[in-house]
Amino acid sequence: MSTKTNEPGRGAIDINDMGVVFNARGTMVEAVSSVDLKVRPGEFVSLIGPSGCGKSTLLNIVAGFVEPTSGSVLVDGKTIRGPSSDRGVVFQQYSLFPWLSVRKNVEFGLKMKGVAASQRETQARTLLGLAGLLAFENHYPDQLSGGMKQRVGIVRALATSPQVLLMDEPFGALDAQTRTVMQEILTNMWQQFRISVLFVTHDIEESIFLSDRIYVMTARPGRIKAEITVPLPRPRTPEMTYTPEFIALVQQLKGLIREESLAAMGSELKEGGLSGFGVEVGPKGVGEMV
Amino acid sequence: MHALKQPVAEAEPAAAPPSVVPHPAAVRPVPVAKAAEPAAARQWRNAQLRGRLKSALLWLISLSALFAVWYFGTKYRVDFYIRFTNIPAPADVFDKLLEVNRSEKFITNVGISVRRILSGFGIATLIAVPLGLLIGRYRTARDLLMPIAEVLRPIPAIAWVPMSIMLWPTNEVSIVYITFLGSFFPILLNTVHGVTGFDPVLIRAARCLGAGEGRLFWNVILPGALPHIFTGLAVGMGVAWVSLIAAEMISGQFGVGYFTWEAYSLVNYAEIALGMITIGVLGLACSGAIQMIGSTLMPWSTYAAAGRKEP
Ligand SMILES: Nc1ncnc2c1ncn2[C@@H]1O[C@H](COP(=O)(O)OP(=O)(O)O)[C@@H](O)[C@H]1O
Ligand SMILES: [Mg+2]
Repeated sequence: MSTKTNEPGRGAIDINDMGVVFNARGTMVEAVSSVDLKVRPGEFVSLIGPSGCGKSTLLNIVAGFVEPTSGSVLVDGKTIRGPSSDRGVVFQQYSLFPWLSVRKNVEFGLKMKGVAASQRETQARTLLGLAGLLAFENHYPDQLSGGMKQRVGIVRALATSPQVLLMDEPFGALDAQTRTVMQEILTNMWQQFRISVLFVTHDIEESIFLSDRIYVMTARPGRIKAEITVPLPRPRTPEMTYTPEFIALVQQLKGLIREESLAAMGSELKEGGLSGFGVEVGPKGVGEMV
Repeated sequence: MHALKQPVAEAEPAAAPPSVVPHPAAVRPVPVAKAAEPAAARQWRNAQLRGRLKSALLWLISLSALFAVWYFGTKYRVDFYIRFTNIPAPADVFDKLLEVNRSEKFITNVGISVRRILSGFGIATLIAVPLGLLIGRYRTARDLLMPIAEVLRPIPAIAWVPMSIMLWPTNEVSIVYITFLGSFFPILLNTVHGVTGFDPVLIRAARCLGAGEGRLFWNVILPGALPHIFTGLAVGMGVAWVSLIAAEMISGQFGVGYFTWEAYSLVNYAEIALGMITIGVLGLACSGAIQMIGSTLMPWSTYAAAGRKEP
């Protein structure tokens, strides 16, 4: 089926010396500054950093919602001109159309492409089957749990067979158990579709579990502070999260992010300020708060 | 290609993680008692039935109370600040209903009122909904059209009666115009609100699924604004009836409003009450129709969260 595989070599994201400045009511806010970032075809790359550092902005640029102020952003060698179904997006907020059934939601992108109704239905049902959602094809989004809504959101984004999947904290609103399951479903689907993924999260374990590489961003204006390759083999299993390599990676990332969170939160959260609230600041303390 | 080892759980994913090698000390799944299913279904059905019976009973009580006030008030000619002395008894009104149905006059009046409502309200819907969508979506349309709306809106439709009679060639058109005006603004403003209050993430989602502006308008903005549009239609229908009856009483020939006012002039008490009740029933039927069309067009709205307290 055409929705299931891409020709090899597609889905490369190439960000060169990119900067974004917002004009927020007359004051210029530099959100992202001189970022270099690459996603190779079929690669799973995460972006982590303290809140407000420009992760969403960066993703929105690749999605085509925001234009960069400087530098270049290429997907498969082409400059981005607005949103397109070549780049699927999964949002943190639930973004299913409440007036459409689960299946019609998944069909939406195909309908916009002008695919015939019967073919749309077949493709949507195949994808829903893969995500274990076929029994819910005629439900409305308001009848689903949060985890199911996000699964439908992922399936909907994949339906137009994009080269790139952009995900902005897609599991941020889910409880811990659902989130773990969603991570496994996502890795499974990613391996089947062999699609490039740029995944924004503030959850360190999540980024390690899912990714081939992780970019760590600095506090605003966001720059790339570090690039980390995850050496864990595929397929990933939940048991891997207990291995020494995994734990060492978590420690390393926590350290990197802690510094940036402190910078982002400013002086009121310096050690003295925190102890005023009776908070014990250990070596990893604030990193955990991100 | 790495296939899923087993289909993902049908129910809540947290309940049964898919494609996970079970931990040695995995929690044994609790067998679901097959017999529990019909019992639960029966319980649910009984609870539904009890709820409905209770609602019906309360409806009956409240309506009977209203009827009792009317019945006993007129029977004992209560005169205690409120005067029931000239009010027709329920039986008189019922007799009148049978009487007026023997001639064409009454049913013609009803027909004319309904026709006026349908034209005025229908034209208002056809103009206000597209206009509201445009105003809500496009800044230029808003800046161009909203000033007119804001200036005209505070003038109640009834205040237009004299002007309307001068403005339009026939009495009939001027009454339809009043009805149109009454329903136009509630429909317009609710439609605008439906677009401006739209969740922007849905628009982004549609755009990155390949929807251009035209398709976005038709496939996303319109259905997304539909609940608010129907709120506007329901409010608009109410105001349309208010405006129509007033217009018929002031300027009319024919119509239920005119029938009621004429009955007052002729001191025909039973007909006054009959006119009022007819207006009430017609208004109820019209809002019922809108509600029915709404829930047919928006089957999903049943599932949206509502403020109703859980029983
Ligand atoms: N449209 C905008 N106008 C002005 N400032 C913005 C806009 N979008 C984002 N910003 C600012 O840019 C910074 C980065 O935001 P964002 O990308 O949402 O961060 P993150 O996703 O990492 O939490 C924030 O300080 C935010 O206030
Ligand atoms: Mg964000």
